[in-house]
Amino acid sequence: MALVPVYLPMAETAIDGLLLVSIGSGVGLLSGLFGVGGGFLITPLLIFLGVPPAVAAATGANTVIASSASGALAHWRRGTLDVKMGLLLLAGGLAGSAASVKLFGILAAMGQIDLVVSLSYVLLLGSVGAMMFAESVRGFLPGARKAITPPAARVPLGANLPWKTAFPRSGVETSVLAPIMLGFLVGVLTGLMGVGGGFLLVPAMIYLLAMPTTTVVGTSLFQILFVSANVTFLQAWSHQTVDVVLASLLVVGGVVAAPYGAKLGARLGAARLRVLLAMLVLGVAIGLGVGLVRQPADLYSIRIDVDAATKGETP
Amino acid sequence: MIRAFVVALLFTMCAAGARAQALVADLSSHLIAITTGFSGTELLLFGATEGEGDVVVIVRGPDGDTTVRRKSRVAGIWINRDELRFSGAPSFYRLAASRPLADFLPNALRQRHQIGVDFLRIQPTRQLNSEETAAFRAGMIRNKETLKLYDKEVGRVSFLGNRLFRTRILFPANVPTGNYTVEVLLVRDGQVIAAQTTPMFVSKVGVGADIYDFAHDYAALYGIIAILFAVGAGWGAGVVFRK
Repeated sequence: MALVPVYLPMAETAIDGLLLVSIGSGVGLLSGLFGVGGGFLITPLLIFLGVPPAVAAATGANTVIASSASGALAHWRRGTLDVKMGLLLLAGGLAGSAASVKLFGILAAMGQIDLVVSLSYVLLLGSVGAMMFAESVRGFLPGARKAITPPAARVPLGANLPWKTAFPRSGVETSVLAPIMLGFLVGVLTGLMGVGGGFLLVPAMIYLLAMPTTTVVGTSLFQILFVSANVTFLQAWSHQTVDVVLASLLVVGGVVAAPYGAKLGARLGAARLRVLLAMLVLGVAIGLGVGLVRQPADLYSIRIDVDAATKGETP
Repeated sequence: MIRAFVVALLFTMCAAGARAQALVADLSSHLIAITTGFSGTELLLFGATEGEGDVVVIVRGPDGDTTVRRKSRVAGIWINRDELRFSGAPSFYRLAASRPLADFLPNALRQRHQIGVDFLRIQPTRQLNSEETAAFRAGMIRNKETLKLYDKEVGRVSFLGNRLFRTRILFPANVPTGNYTVEVLLVRDGQVIAAQTTPMFVSKVGVGADIYDFAHDYAALYGIIAILFAVGAGWGAGVVFRK
């Protein structure tokens, strides 16, 4: 059965350690390839392997820290990180993630957390994946050059809201409310789904805030780093659902594989990468969507609360 | 372990002979230690009986509350709609017997000693009609079987000669921690003529236990360490692979 069983103390079950390292490297390869955190793949995979959803989401957020830290650092050095924009996104993100950790506890007690997580995945991944797919296919069509308008030409969201300010590094001018609201939304998702939200934040910054692609990736990694750190802290503090053993196995695999993904990505080229990422995102969304619609094998599910007084005490 | 078993067996036989007890039994270990490499384990229960009879072994984990939820279809999507909470359900349950239960156990006896998952005394915390309650109860047992916490199969207690018996009890990787009881019954002519209850403990030990305790006792510090570790790993990898 399991080759190297490792007992995960917070998940309270044993999973093959080699399998976890492989999943970490697989996701790390993809995150290096596409420049996303990979949280949207880790959390569903962990749930599939039998990790309780609450532990999977919280530990997913923990692993996202590692992948975003190295990326954010690289962009900081290159000067492709809009700190002003990043801090405003972060202000919204911290509030959003704090709210969502509370919401997570409430939904879990109501028995609706799995549904909300799956629904959010299906709706967000589905729409983002479909948009990306349509966009990139259009890019491949002959004579379709005109379809891709330079994003900076568009008017940023919130341009007519109060407290307008300039973001010189990104060359846009908009209300401070726009990044705060966007950050809040992504923060809520981070707490609920254990994802960094890069798959959502990157297109939102390009299409909604009209930021140039040069500063988008670095700035989104900056926001993701701090928001996932906040979620990790809050989940560990209030629900004890962060499993460091599980996180370290995934992270070890991830950090080793990510640079190879980046090299592979450079060879494949941006256009092809976008199609592949779109298909991956769509695939995860469809898989989860089918799970929601298809009749489950057992309509009944359980949640066990072992009496704390009799648990874990040895004489 | 085998030598310990033989010694213990000899000891129990002597003890049984000396005091003419109808039933003596013991476990190969009273502690299941969940270490980092834990992937489930097996305990050996052995003992001796005085005279004729069948042996039943009941293993119970700590009781707890279980919430059972039922999905129904809403707008094409399966959603948890109804729920029923049960109290007093053991977190873990295993059964072993020397013969098929129906051959020697009247239902009244199974009821009294909670022999078999269908005879567990599990109380719903809210009154529903009996059909609904039974459906939720069956749903709970089915789910616990999928999680290997319950087992519908009855394990085999094998006799060596007329008096010595033994059985193996399997504990999966997700065995709940806590205080267990192992009950051994000697049944003759539809009556329990001797019973023995042995305590057993399932506990996390070593690094896993330390992490678990730390995460609960110093939750904030644990969160900070988890963050620092991840940042360190990401930053370290960034430095290593930049060269």
